[in-house]
Amino acid sequence: MSGMAKISTAIRFDDLTLGYGRHPAVHHLEGEVPAGSLTAVVGPNGAGKSTLLKGVAGALAPLDGRIELSTGPKTRIAYLPQAAELDRSFPLPVYDLVAMGLWSRAGLFGGVGAKERQKIEEALAAVGLIGFERRPIGTLSGGQMQRALFARLLLQDASVILLDEPFTAIDAKTTADLLDIVRRWHAEARTVVAVLHDLETVRRVFPQTLLIAREPIAWGDTAAVLKPENLLRARRMVEAHDPHAHACAA
Amino acid sequence: MNPYDLLIAPFAEFEFMRRALVGGVAIALAAAPVGVFLMLRRMSLTGDAMAHAILPGAALGYLVAGLSLPAMTFGGILAGSLVAISAGLVARFTALKEDASLAAFYLISLALGVTLVSLKGSNVDLLHVLFGTVLALDDAALILLAAIATVTLVTLALLYRPLVLECVDPIFLRSVSRAGGPTHLVFLGLVVLNLVGGFQALGTLLAVGLMMLPAASSRFWSADVTVMIAMASGIGVASAACGLLLSYHAELPAGPAIILVAGGAYLLSMALGREGGLVWLALPRKHLEA
Repeated sequence: MSGMAKISTAIRFDDLTLGYGRHPAVHHLEGEVPAGSLTAVVGPNGAGKSTLLKGVAGALAPLDGRIELSTGPKTRIAYLPQAAELDRSFPLPVYDLVAMGLWSRAGLFGGVGAKERQKIEEALAAVGLIGFERRPIGTLSGGQMQRALFARLLLQDASVILLDEPFTAIDAKTTADLLDIVRRWHAEARTVVAVLHDLETVRRVFPQTLLIAREPIAWGDTAAVLKPENLLRARRMVEAHDPHAHACAA
Repeated sequence: MNPYDLLIAPFAEFEFMRRALVGGVAIALAAAPVGVFLMLRRMSLTGDAMAHAILPGAALGYLVAGLSLPAMTFGGILAGSLVAISAGLVARFTALKEDASLAAFYLISLALGVTLVSLKGSNVDLLHVLFGTVLALDDAALILLAAIATVTLVTLALLYRPLVLECVDPIFLRSVSRAGGPTHLVFLGLVVLNLVGGFQALGTLLAVGLMMLPAASSRFWSADVTVMIAMASGIGVASAACGLLLSYHAELPAGPAIILVAGGAYLLSMALGREGGLVWLALPRKHLEA
């Protein structure tokens, strides 16, 4: 590494448009997420924040433009979608849910031996869920479930971590504990991108911010991005879905 | 009547009872775990729909070759797979959901099947196809049932992780692996295979019974999917054995007797099961300290 000039890129957006049907939810996004950066994505509801993470996670193909991921041997993406999409009535113990984080190593058939079990124990300890191993996931509270999902993320050992509103409806103590894990990932030079609503948390923990309201409004140092005039522009976003919109000329 | 006469003698004395027992155990062992996954994927009624979908294939085999095991089995697997795949494709590429498109396809299949059977056969043949002949299983049928049970259990073991993960957290599975889609297809294949097997013994209409009733019962006893699978198999095997004994002693038709016993096990589980059984809910018990 030769100083600041060679900061590598983890994710590059190349005139990216993502959406549903032909209607854009993220419109003409251009820019780079540096490797090892800690970035918050903020904006009003319907601004395309979740859509952007889906795109990066590969769950949604771009309508236009491209998402480039740095391709290294250790590039692995871990994606935590909004919690509601998990079937909590499934009869599964917490331990098994967390152990699934080892998928990239164990895969379909790989064994889970003493070394793996120790990793699972460590992950459970890191999120404060020791003693919950045999509890069915249906009995967890919202905060405990989020802790379990963070334990699974820990085991995924990914170089890029995408979090979609990880602290929504989570109490202060749990949020603080989980933010410690986010900081730990940052210290380990992993790239973290998180969709958040609490600007106070963003200012306190996230050095970089992308403010988006379908169109990108501002992107860079958090303090500069979260200025009142930018937030006002974001709030004026047209939320209406126009069924007769014309084809985009840009 | 001593216990030997009650429980052992019918099997010891009559070969057709022994064959029925072996066939029933083979079906129960494999179909019940498949049923557990159907239930957990909220596809409990899919088994029923698929069972009807098998009929025209089996009927075609019957038209071509009479009551021939290979022809009817092959036809059944073909028709079942065709309906499963078509329903899946319609759900994926049109606005219709999978349950609605499956309902449409299986109703067409059922009508087609009954029409085909009645083109050539008598009412006896139709009854045979609809309700099976568990007391007349020959060597070929037993080998088929055993083979299906083996293939099913081995495949379920191999696919266990993606099967569970696709139910719990499909988005996570998609983010770490592409196994989800193929797993779903192979699983539907197992459903078809087990229904075709069960169809030999219990007929199209009752084959689903040994698949879903033990599975639904097991949910009342455990909140851990691995335990549920073992329990469902156990309940299924016990239902097959007890149902045959019931039919022997009470002179009832064997297939329905097996399913009735499985149904009794379900009602008993619903009443007494440790996980949400009615008795435990109704019992006035003081809440715990922590």
